Amino acid sequence: MTWGVAGLGVTIGSQVALSGIDLEVHPGMIAAVVGGDGAGKTTLVRVLGRLIRPTSGRVSLPARLNVGYQPSASGSWPDLTVTENLRFVADAHRMSSGDARKRLDELLAATGLESASDRLASQLSGGMRQKLGVAMALVARPLLLVLDEPTTGVDPVSRSELWRLLSKTAAQGAAVVFTTTYLDESERAAHILALESGTTLVEGPPDSIRDSLAGQVWRTPDKPDSPYRWRRGREWREWTADGSPPAAGSPLEPDLTDLLTAATLARDGKLI
Amino acid sequence: MWAMIVKEFRQVRRDHRTLAMMIVMPVVLLVVFGYAASFDVSGIDTAVYGAGAEDVATILPETFEVEIVDSAGDVESAMELLRKAEVVLAIVAEESQVAAFVDGSQLFAARAASQALATAAQAMPSLEIEILFNPGLETSAVLVPGLGGLILLFVGTIITSLGVVKERQAGTLEQLAVMPLRPSDVFIGKIAPYFLVASLDLVIVLVVGTALFDVPFNGSVWILALGSLMFLFVTLGLGVLVSSVSENQGQAIQLALMTLLPQVLLSGLIFPLESMAAGVRWLGYVLPLTYFNLVAQGVMLRDAAFSDLLFPLALLAVLGVFIFGLAVLRFRRDLGSADDAGSKLEAGT
Repeated sequence: MTWGVAGLGVTIGSQVALSGIDLEVHPGMIAAVVGGDGAGKTTLVRVLGRLIRPTSGRVSLPARLNVGYQPSASGSWPDLTVTENLRFVADAHRMSSGDARKRLDELLAATGLESASDRLASQLSGGMRQKLGVAMALVARPLLLVLDEPTTGVDPVSRSELWRLLSKTAAQGAAVVFTTTYLDESERAAHILALESGTTLVEGPPDSIRDSLAGQVWRTPDKPDSPYRWRRGREWREWTADGSPPAAGSPLEPDLTDLLTAATLARDGKLI
Repeated sequence: MWAMIVKEFRQVRRDHRTLAMMIVMPVVLLVVFGYAASFDVSGIDTAVYGAGAEDVATILPETFEVEIVDSAGDVESAMELLRKAEVVLAIVAEESQVAAFVDGSQLFAARAASQALATAAQAMPSLEIEILFNPGLETSAVLVPGLGGLILLFVGTIITSLGVVKERQAGTLEQLAVMPLRPSDVFIGKIAPYFLVASLDLVIVLVVGTALFDVPFNGSVWILALGSLMFLFVTLGLGVLVSSVSENQGQAIQLALMTLLPQVLLSGLIFPLESMAAGVRWLGYVLPLTYFNLVAQGVMLRDAAFSDLLFPLALLAVLGVFIFGLAVLRFRRDLGSADDAGSKLEAGT
């Protein structure tokens, strides 16, 4: 059983938001959708959440009952407590009282929100609120979990807790699609879809994305005189299409951040 | 400071609703107040019945606009007409006695009629004047039924619109859209609490009003309940419509007030409709509160029967179906489900 989109196109008004997007996920798989602001990540997850109609292409989804969705704004009701938020989702899914109580206890424990169960969602920290949003999306044990930037604005500890939760969810058989602007985070996913201006920049498992980039990425001590350069911390990077070495520098096994930056530059010839 | 002023002007220029409130509203209010704000009643709608109807109609001063002269009519005919609020004054002229019945529920017209009748009584020594429905010509008796409508408008339109906009602002409307809830579940679930609170508010206003201000309740509770129900659908529908075109609670309040203010001023609640210039009076006749006011006053003060109030009830029903229907459609669109996306969306099971 696989879910996803094929040849997806979305036009909003006169603007093409997505064009020719393919993404396929299966049970147990985590897929990351990455890209900068305005790349089309939210549009894609809104299609998967049945919030936007595709203009073209095919979308395969489980029944609504089996899709867990978290909007970028957490999706929790600020004037309900943590338990009340989760209980509302359970009631909307018509879960029995006993099943709901058991599931809520499981999720509160998994997210570390037990001690905050009686606090209003508006009184939670950003990280706790995002965890609540993920827990709400997980209440009905969905076959497909769709999360829009669940880790944005979340501290590193909460991010790793969220990741543990997503890994466990996938291990239990759900397909997970999440968006993120943190490129390093996407390395944890089995499949990556990188979007750029509504189109696919690169797509596939992290290793195949590494293989797909032609040329070579170089670490350079000084600012290179090339349009294909970018800065990482105190160092500079340069990408050469034919693999030829720059004036100064050493070859580098690029991580995903370098790969996707190089791929973006390679396509657009942009200066950073 | 200059930078701050320029920045503020730029923001105001882009906030079209605030701009409208600041520039258009004063002009509208000036015009509306100028033409509508009048308590003076120039003509008193009058019916004359009884054997001496022709004679009495002839000697009545011009202030009395005689609509009906029927020598076959009697006290019963007069009462029926007054209960329907079709005239302010009904005179029954029998051989030895002339009785004038004034509809006290039409306060300003009734006051004008009483004064004019006192003058006319000099030419008709046998004239006996009786003020019906609101014998003391109390302002509270006329205001309390209409205030019930105002409460329904306040809760139904302002509070409901705020409640729905709050969902949009918090991003939870999107959450509702993806949950396994039908749009009708969300819609009914969303407005049901406001429906109940508004109903409870109406009961409290009417009970306190009748107990504290001695406002009579002469008619059928059920007719008033029916009218209130239909009016509530209108106000809740207005609330949802306001929310559907508002991005935040501030905008919702602005717009809700824009729908509330004309109803308060032009529904006959404060200024009598018959005193307004024809140019703005027609506005009063398209506002829902006007018809709720007619029903509430008719039931509470005049003991009007269902058949007497058929017209305002029917209009409330039409407005209710139209506005509430429109609100349901807008709400469904706002929920934005793509479930009906046809063959391009393959939904499994």
